[in-house]
Amino acid sequence: MNRLKKTTVVDFATYIGVTIAFLLVLGCQKGGLLTNAMNSWLVPICCFIVMSVSLNLVVGISGELSLGHCGFMCVGAFTGIIAGMSLSDVIPVDSVRLLLAILVGAFFAAITGVLVGVPVLRLRGDYLAIVTLAFGQIIKDLINCLLVGYDSKGLHIIFNIGKKTVNDLHLEAGGVAIIKGAQGAVGIRKLASFPAGYLLVMVSLIVVLNLVRSRAGRAIMAIRDNRIAAESVGLSVTKYKLMAFVTSAALAGAAGALYGLNYGSLVSSRFDFNTSILVLVYVVLGGLGNIWGSIIATIVLYVLPEALRQFDAYRMLVYAIVLILVMLATNNEHLKEMLGRILPGRKEADSDG
Amino acid sequence: MAKEFRRGKMVPVPSHSIVPERDVNRLPVLECQHLGIDFGGLTAVDEFNLTIGRTEIAGLIGPNGAGKTTVFNLLTKVYQPTRGTILLNGKDTHSMTTSQVNQNGIARTFQNIRLFSNLTVEENVKVGLHNQIRYPMWDGLLRLPRFWKQEKLAHESALELLSIFGMQDLASHEAGSLPYGAQRRLEIVRALATNPSLLLLDEPAAGMNPSETADLMENIVRIRDTFQIAVMLIEHDMNLVMNICEGICVLNFGRIIAKGTPEDIQANPAVIEAYLGKQKEA
Ligand SMILES: Nc1ncnc2c1ncn2[C@@H]1O[C@H](COP(=O)(O)OP(=O)(O)O)[C@@H](O)[C@H]1O
Ligand SMILES: [Mg+2]
Repeated sequence: MNRLKKTTVVDFATYIGVTIAFLLVLGCQKGGLLTNAMNSWLVPICCFIVMSVSLNLVVGISGELSLGHCGFMCVGAFTGIIAGMSLSDVIPVDSVRLLLAILVGAFFAAITGVLVGVPVLRLRGDYLAIVTLAFGQIIKDLINCLLVGYDSKGLHIIFNIGKKTVNDLHLEAGGVAIIKGAQGAVGIRKLASFPAGYLLVMVSLIVVLNLVRSRAGRAIMAIRDNRIAAESVGLSVTKYKLMAFVTSAALAGAAGALYGLNYGSLVSSRFDFNTSILVLVYVVLGGLGNIWGSIIATIVLYVLPEALRQFDAYRMLVYAIVLILVMLATNNEHLKEMLGRILPGRKEADSDG
Repeated sequence: MAKEFRRGKMVPVPSHSIVPERDVNRLPVLECQHLGIDFGGLTAVDEFNLTIGRTEIAGLIGPNGAGKTTVFNLLTKVYQPTRGTILLNGKDTHSMTTSQVNQNGIARTFQNIRLFSNLTVEENVKVGLHNQIRYPMWDGLLRLPRFWKQEKLAHESALELLSIFGMQDLASHEAGSLPYGAQRRLEIVRALATNPSLLLLDEPAAGMNPSETADLMENIVRIRDTFQIAVMLIEHDMNLVMNICEGICVLNFGRIIAKGTPEDIQANPAVIEAYLGKQKEA
């Protein structure tokens, strides 16, 4: 029980740390200390923290490489936007509608996760990377073909393969087009807020940390460490790989819904391969399996390129140099040792017995 | 004969094996019939027939490359047999996966140690307890009372199992950082945690010093006595094999060349020719 108590304490420290950071930033915001630009970073940062924490569940905890995590964010964003906009008459309270949109986004992303995961995760080998890569590309193009609107009769959805336009939705007078094909979602009412982002970060931290510390999480990590040994003690490999993958997809969908409802309009190319790789970079630099690392890497690496905008032409150069420095620093034995002493870790056995 | 066993009949006497007296009139834990596997053109194991009694300690010996590990991989369905039948507690394992075979009673260790090296010693054992102490994913996510209750139980059971080898104090160490001998012992504990009726040990004494091996020998017998399970072990240490095994099966080029009690085996000319003689030279 000791160990469980200890990890519970560490987890609570994480929750408290995140809460303190949130309150500090909120204080600055209310005190007018943040520029407009900084204010606009807050919700996306929360979304990307959720993205990197959830991707860490797949890459770090489950040991599978996913190259299309933003595909799930994309699914969550557009389903969330549809829910958030079309329900505005039924549920007038913004915060309730936001919550519902996030749940809808998470639900559809989870379904997509099952569809992608079931055929792939049954195979041995690194097929997931290839399939998620393709999935990320395909989902973007599928959404580009989508025409969605609503009126008093409900939702109208057409899948546009030919030359259909919004007019083909045949909306009644007063009907609203939500997704206009390649133009993406337009006229979104901004429901997202920084506190909502904070809450979503907390929920995803609780989900991921509690999962990792439970029976299922141990099984997921055991399969990562040694698949054959895990099977030999009676674990169902597919079941637990799928559990990690779908949970991660659902969280990415929730993050997507929040992200989508933070802007007036949204095109699906926001969730392209580059963005997926960016999230992967957050995870790798933060440390595989290291949740704290993911959070910090996300904040630093999100803010850095934004803050470097004043250097303009040299922006990406400086960004690259910082990335290299971070890599060198995190691989430095002395630094690791130092961190190892500060952070609560596991004992090394050197003596016999 | 296979059909009779599926109906739950007792071991026929005489069977083509050497089940100890006390197990003779009980359903055998394992019955292999004409078991064999080919890898491409290579026949790695052929005509493997063996019966293991409920509380027997059986040995599987033979030169390197004889196919001993392959037999374990067949029994645990890491490989699907090309020919033959495996009856585990009277049940045909033909359509079972590795995981299902474990749930039906076979646990094993590996010649090349396969621990969950980034998990702690205690967590390794808890993974072994996965199907013994259960609760749904939701109870874990929401940390409902059942989560705490079952985790407490898992913790206590894990420590109790570790105490077989006096390893409780290592509970919070990372498994990958343990010394070699301790890693081998942890593999045994993890296998026992799955509550098997047959424990397969692949070269359990490899890399151990003589005093560790002597301890291991005692412990294998003690494990059999306390858990009342059958043990089958692959081992090159003849002292260990001849001392604790009640039945021994000698494999050469994938075929059984002799079966019998330790005395039979030591006196068997074919075995001395193929295996024991060479051992003495080396
Ligand atoms: N997966 C495999 N593919 C091809 N050949 C294999 C495979 N596994 C084992 N073998 C072959 O089967 C034979 C027996 O190997 P093994 O069972 O490991 O021997 P032992 O454990 O008795 O030393 C060897 O010749 C080995 O090369
Ligand atoms: Mg071998």
